[in-house]
Amino acid sequence: MNWVDTIVQGTLLGGLYALFAMGLAVIYGVMRQINIAHGDFIVLGAYLSLGIIAATGLHPFLVIPLAAVVFALFGYALQRGVLNHTLGGDILAPLVVTYGLAIVIENVLQQTQSADPRSIKLPVLDTASLPIGGGLAVGVFPLIMFLAAVAVAIALEIVFNRTRLGVAFRAVSDDREMASIVGVRDKRLFGYASAISFAVIAVASVFMGIKFTFTPSLGPNFLLYAFEAIVIGGMGSFWGTLAGGVILGIAQAIGFALNPGWGILAGHLVFLVVLLVRPTGLFARTA
Amino acid sequence: MNAGRIGIVVAVLLVIGLASGPFWLSSEAMRLVVEFVCLLTMAQMWNVLAGYGGLISIGQQAYIGIGGYALFVFANDLGLNPFLSIPLAGLVAALFAIPTSRVVFRLTGGYFAVATWVVAEVYRLLVANDSALGSGAGISLTAMLAFDKATRESITFWTAGALLIATIGGLYWLLRSRVGLALTAIRDDPVAAESQGIDVARTKFLVYTVAAFGTGCAGALYFSSALRISPDAAFGMDWIPLLFFTVVIGGIGTIEGPILGTLLYFAVRQEFSDYGTWYLIALGLLAIVVMIRFPRGLWGEFASRFGWHAFPIQRILREPKEAS
Amino acid sequence: MSVLLETHGLTAHYGDFQALFGIDAQVRDGERVALIGANGAGKSTFLRAIAGLMRSAPDAIVFDGTAIGSRSPAEIAALGIALVPEGRRLFASLSVEENLSTGSFNGRKGPWTLARVYELFPVLLEKRRASPGSLSGGQQQMVAIGRALLANPRLLLCDEVSLGLAPAVVKDVYAALRRACDAGGVSVVIVEQDIDLARAMSQRAYCFTHGSVSLSGESAALTREAISAAYFGVSA
Repeated sequence: MNWVDTIVQGTLLGGLYALFAMGLAVIYGVMRQINIAHGDFIVLGAYLSLGIIAATGLHPFLVIPLAAVVFALFGYALQRGVLNHTLGGDILAPLVVTYGLAIVIENVLQQTQSADPRSIKLPVLDTASLPIGGGLAVGVFPLIMFLAAVAVAIALEIVFNRTRLGVAFRAVSDDREMASIVGVRDKRLFGYASAISFAVIAVASVFMGIKFTFTPSLGPNFLLYAFEAIVIGGMGSFWGTLAGGVILGIAQAIGFALNPGWGILAGHLVFLVVLLVRPTGLFARTA
Repeated sequence: MNAGRIGIVVAVLLVIGLASGPFWLSSEAMRLVVEFVCLLTMAQMWNVLAGYGGLISIGQQAYIGIGGYALFVFANDLGLNPFLSIPLAGLVAALFAIPTSRVVFRLTGGYFAVATWVVAEVYRLLVANDSALGSGAGISLTAMLAFDKATRESITFWTAGALLIATIGGLYWLLRSRVGLALTAIRDDPVAAESQGIDVARTKFLVYTVAAFGTGCAGALYFSSALRISPDAAFGMDWIPLLFFTVVIGGIGTIEGPILGTLLYFAVRQEFSDYGTWYLIALGLLAIVVMIRFPRGLWGEFASRFGWHAFPIQRILREPKEAS
Repeated sequence: MSVLLETHGLTAHYGDFQALFGIDAQVRDGERVALIGANGAGKSTFLRAIAGLMRSAPDAIVFDGTAIGSRSPAEIAALGIALVPEGRRLFASLSVEENLSTGSFNGRKGPWTLARVYELFPVLLEKRRASPGSLSGGQQQMVAIGRALLANPRLLLCDEVSLGLAPAVVKDVYAALRRACDAGGVSVVIVEQDIDLARAMSQRAYCFTHGSVSLSGESAALTREAISAAYFGVSA
C-alpha cells in the first residue's frame, strides 16, 4: 500500500464526510436536535439533482446553488411545520419523528426510483488529475470537493461567529430560556438553523452523487459518517468537524487499502476508540 | 370489576392456549405466534430501556444478532440442545453488553442513540467478514435436523410460550419491586434520584444488561424458528422501526403499550402485504403522527383517559384517614 | 403617577406544587418597588411569571393596559419588560460585548446604547472581548444589568442582584442601577434578601410569605417589627 497516496485520498474523501457532518452539526449545536433522516435527505438531494439536470441540462456545479435554495426553503418549512413540535421535551419525539421521515423517504424512493445504482455525471473533470510531485497525482474533482468543504466551514464560522444571527444561534444554544427572555423568537430561529443545515445537505448531496453511485438505502450510512465525524472532531467549531471528517476519511481509506471488507469498519473502530479515550472529541472547543 | 382481575383471567386463558397450541394450531399460525412473542419480547426490552431507564437505543439489533449467532454456534458447533441454548445465547448477549455499555454510556441523548447504532453496525461488519460464521451468506441451523418437523415446531412454540410468560411476568414483578420504583425515579428526574441514594449509573447498567439478555433470548428464538441466519437479517437496520415504532405507537412506559403496538404492527403488515414496502411507509407516518399528537402512545392516551390497567404497576398514595 | 404593571390574583404552579396564591400588586410609572421575603416565598416565581416563563391567566398580569399573562417571553420582552435573572445567566460562549448586545434582540429602540452602558460600567469596556467565565461576580452582574438596560425597557425586574457579591460591590452596583433608572424613567422591581438595602433602594415594598403578600406599603414607613413579623409569618 502506498501510504502517502492512501492518506491523500482519505483526506479528500474526508472533505465529503465533513460536508455530511456540518449540516448535522448546525442543528445539533443550535437546538440539540438529531435528525435521523439526515443521510436520507442527502440521498434525496442527489436524486433531486439528477432530476434537475435531466430537466435543464445544467452543469452539476450550477445545480448546487439551485438545490441549496430549494432545500433551505424546505428545511425551514419542515422545522416550523413538524420538527419544532418535537422539541422541548426529551429526545424521544425528535428521534421517532425523524426516524419516521427516514423510513418514508427511503421507501418512497425505493418505490419510485429505479433499483439500479445512479450517479451524477461530471463532464471532463471526472477523470482529470493534477500531479503534485513525487510521482503522485490527485484527482481534480476530489480536490474541488475538499475545497468546497473548506469553503462551507469558513462560511459557517463566519455566520456563527461574526453575524448577529450567529450571536442569536449561540445564545439559544447556551441557554434557550434566557435567549427567549431577551427577546429571541426561537421558533423562527430554529427555522433559520434548519434552512442553513439543509442548504449544506444540498451541497453535500451533489458532491456525493458525483463521487459515489447511490441507491435509496445509503442514507443511514451517511448519517453514521456524519455523526462519527462530529464526535471525532468534537463540538464547538466547524474546523473541528472538518478535521473529524478528514480523520474518518483517512481511517476508512487505510482500512480499505488493507482489506476491502474492512474499510467502513475501520472508521467505526476509530470512532469507538475516540469515544472511549476522548469522548468530547479531539478538537472540542470548550464553551 | 377490578382491572387487575381481568389481567388474571386473560393470563389463565393465555396459559391454556399456549399449552394446547400445537394440538389445534396450524404450522403457519404457530410460526406467527412465535414471531409475535419474539417481537414482543424485544419491544418490551426496548420499552424498559427507554421508558424506564431513559436510555433510548437504536442499536438493540446488536443483541438480536449476537443472541442468534450464539445459538447457532452452541447448537451447530458445540452440539448443545438448540432449545436449551436459547437462555445461554441470551447470556452471551448480556456478556457483550458489559463492555459495550462502557463505550456508549459516554454519550447521552441523541448521540447515545446513534452510538448504539454504530456498535450494531460494527458487530454486523465483523460477522460479515468472518468466514467461520458464514460471512455474508450466513449459516443454516443444521442442529435442528435431529428433530422431526412436528416435534421441532411444538417445542419451539412452547419455548415461545415460556418466553412470553417469563417476560411479562418478570417485567410485572420487576416494575412493582423496589428496582422498578428506582427506575421510575430515574426516568422522571435522575438528579433527584441520585440525591435519594439511588445509584443511577449502576441501575442504568443493570437495565442495559438485562435488556440485552432478554433481547438476546428473543433473537435466538427467532432465528431458531427461521432455521437460517445471516448478518443482514441478524444485525440489520430493519429491526429498528419494529422496536421503535411498536413501542412508541403502543405507548412507552407501560406493559400494555408494546403489546398493543406489536399487534398493530402485525395487523398493518398483513393489511399491506400485497403492496411491498408501503406498510413501512404507513408505519413511519403513523409513528410521526402519534408522536406529535399522542406522545404517550395510543394505549397511554386511552388508558389514562379511562383509567384502564391490565397490568397495574402504579402506586397510589392513600392519605391516612384523619382522626376525627 | 399612572400604573405601569398590575397583577390580579396571580397564581403560579410548578407541576403540582403551587408557589403563588393570588398576588395583587402594582408598579407605578418610574417607581422603584422592592420584594422581600424568605427563601421559597415566591419572589422569584413572581418575577418569572411577569417575564412570561410561567403559565398565567391572560389578565392576571396587565402591563401598560395590555393583558400579558399568556404571552411568550419574547413577546413580553418586545413590550418593554427586561429581566436580570437570579444567577446572572450570562451566555457562556458569547463575549462580554456579545452578551450585552443580546439585550437588543427584543427590537426596542431607546436611549440605551453600548457606549452608554460602558460609561455606566467602565470596567466592562476593557473586558469587552473576555468570556463571562473570566469575570468576577460583580462584573458579571454588571453585564447582566447592562444586557437588560440595552433592551430599553420600561420595566426592569432584578432578581437577587446582590447574591454572592461583596458589600462594597453591591453598593456600587445598586448606585449605578439607581442612576440609570432614575435618569431614564425606568420602573424597577427589586427582589432583595437584605431588608435594609431593599428599603434604601425602593419607594414601596411588598413582603411575600408562603406565596402570598403578607405586608405592603411605603418603604420608609414600614417598621422593623412589622417586617420581621411578616417575613417570618408570625401573626401579630
